[in-house]
Amino acid sequence: MNKLLEVEGLKTEFKRAGGNVMAVAGLDFHINSGEVLGLVGESGCGKSVTSLSIMRLLKGTPGQNAGGHVKFEGKDLLRLSENEMRKVRGKELAMIFQEPMTSLNPVLRIGKQIEEPIRLHLGFNKAKAREHAVHMLQLVGIPRASEVMNDYPHQLSGGMRQRVMIAMAMSCHPKLLIADEPTTALDVTIQAQILDLMKRLKEERSMGMLLITHDLGVVAEMCDRVVVMYAGRVVEEAPVKELFANPQHPYTQGLIRSVPKLRQKVKRLESIPGNVPDLSHMPQGCKFAPRCAHVMPECMTTEPELLAVGGEGRKSRCWLTQQSEQKGGSAV
Amino acid sequence: MGRYALQRLLGVIPLLFVVSVVVFMFIHLIPGDPARLIAGKEATLEEINGIREQLGLNNPLWQQYIDYMGRLFHGDLGNSIRSGLPVSDMLATRVMPTIWLTLFSMGWAVIMGVFIGIISAINRNKWPDHVGMITAISGISIPGFWLGLVLIQIFSVELGWFPTGGVDSWSSYVLPSLTLGAGIMSMLARFSRTSMLESMREDYIRTGRAKGLHEFIVVGRHALRNSLIQVVTVAGLQFGFLLGGSVMVETVFSIPGMGRMLVDSIAFRDYTVIQALLLLFATEFILINLLVDLLYGVLNPKIRFDSK
Ligand SMILES: Nc1ncnc2c1ncn2[C@@H]1O[C@H](COP(=O)(O)OP(=O)(O)OP(=O)(O)O)[C@@H](O)[C@H]1O
Ligand SMILES: [Mg+2]
Repeated sequence: MNKLLEVEGLKTEFKRAGGNVMAVAGLDFHINSGEVLGLVGESGCGKSVTSLSIMRLLKGTPGQNAGGHVKFEGKDLLRLSENEMRKVRGKELAMIFQEPMTSLNPVLRIGKQIEEPIRLHLGFNKAKAREHAVHMLQLVGIPRASEVMNDYPHQLSGGMRQRVMIAMAMSCHPKLLIADEPTTALDVTIQAQILDLMKRLKEERSMGMLLITHDLGVVAEMCDRVVVMYAGRVVEEAPVKELFANPQHPYTQGLIRSVPKLRQKVKRLESIPGNVPDLSHMPQGCKFAPRCAHVMPECMTTEPELLAVGGEGRKSRCWLTQQSEQKGGSAV
Repeated sequence: MGRYALQRLLGVIPLLFVVSVVVFMFIHLIPGDPARLIAGKEATLEEINGIREQLGLNNPLWQQYIDYMGRLFHGDLGNSIRSGLPVSDMLATRVMPTIWLTLFSMGWAVIMGVFIGIISAINRNKWPDHVGMITAISGISIPGFWLGLVLIQIFSVELGWFPTGGVDSWSSYVLPSLTLGAGIMSMLARFSRTSMLESMREDYIRTGRAKGLHEFIVVGRHALRNSLIQVVTVAGLQFGFLLGGSVMVETVFSIPGMGRMLVDSIAFRDYTVIQALLLLFATEFILINLLVDLLYGVLNPKIRFDSK
């Protein structure tokens, strides 16, 4: 399978009064074309910062890239000029956000907002862009699409607005869609509809997807592979079935245990004892060590590397799993 | 929008009514006998009684108000106590200079203020921002009459580019408009900067960038449209202060406008003229606010559609 996106050693730091902090501290993962990669982790672990760093949308925040590569079809996005990057954004690489209520401009008509990328990237004239925009709205299941074109965002529900965002993101046939918690702000029933829609579109268009979420239910339903993040690092990577069947990293195990049974909805995954470490006071060794039930002396002093363990396409950043692998024993 | 506009228009009616009552009462609230005031100091009792009869001052107050309104609708603002001329005739030449002065001042203040605000916002904490904000702070802290005198000294007396006063040519309006607009320009520069910075932090700006839009479009189409809604409101409110400021500027630059007229009529206790000017200023203020409200509705789709 050829790799659509390769993130290598990606680092993003935030300027703070007491010195810079590293919100994304050397991230490695890849997405194959046509594949859905899930990016999971507790609140504040750096998922959104990762997506914004890939899109180079940190402008206006105190954040900036501090190293690494983001190769999209082989070309390093971090080395492109701003002009070249604009040609990629919205065309080959599109993004939808967590906040459908505020992500659309309140004073511009829906039609105008969808037509913008279409005219820009596909070079359509006004009439053709409008036609294409209506088609996109129909595609994402918006009834009376040509009327909605003349509406303003506040006239639509949250679910409808997220559909509009999806229509907009998909309008120029991107090869990769980054979706940052696309359903978190929506009602449960609407959530399911939006996920179904995204799944359908992804299959119809054989598009790659980076799906950011902290809902493991969504991961199980949508993703092919999963990357688990903790404190700005990848701690585990695995195909989705293997991850749930046999999680390697104690953090992943904690995450899975904390999902309530009977598919109750969870807002935050908080049942792992302790808190995500403060960016300015990172533990020295393994960043998860202070909260880990299986902590060993070396965990406190040296950070383990992300190494292949436990089978095909699997990696984990944990002394324990790596040791038991060497001994040929089973994972924890 | 139609309903919103209608609501605003209807809302103006009670305001205008209150203003007309207050202005009508003005003559009656001055201590002393209005007829005696109008007749002047040397008038005989007979003359005073004549005037009282003529003005209907013996009628009940409500009857007098209705008569007053009737005369207003026929464009009759009474006669000047000082000159005996109809106030409406005296006003005829005085209205336009003030209107031009206010429009020019407002025009350059809004354009310049919003421009400086945008430039400062997108270059936040860099030198264009510092230059812009220093300009803005100077504009607010320099007293208007002093600025006017300095401008006259430099550009009229020393350089001879513009006349020192009067309204003989359009160039006469340059220095007065600069003087009158400076404060508002500064206010708007600071306000639009804040408002732009706020808009630039909104999620839809990030959406615009994620679409691959040029930063120019993100700022000019997405952020500015939202900021303008607030800027229009604030600019409209400032119009009221312009009316006040015009009194000072017309005095400094000897412009024969309504502001000067007000100063003169107060000096001579020309009550009928004062009354007419109060009415004009108050009505103008109300109408400008109406205009701002309507413009706000046009710019803000939430208002346009929620009040269908
Ligand atoms: N604009 C910003 N300024 C300063 N620090 C920031 C900013 N945005 C994010 N951070 C820091 O980066 C870290 C990661 O934040 P991020 O938003 O990526 O978390 P997340 O994983 O997306 O969490 P959530 O699930 O709540 O969306 C946080 O510790 C946060 O403090
Ligand atoms: Mg996030």
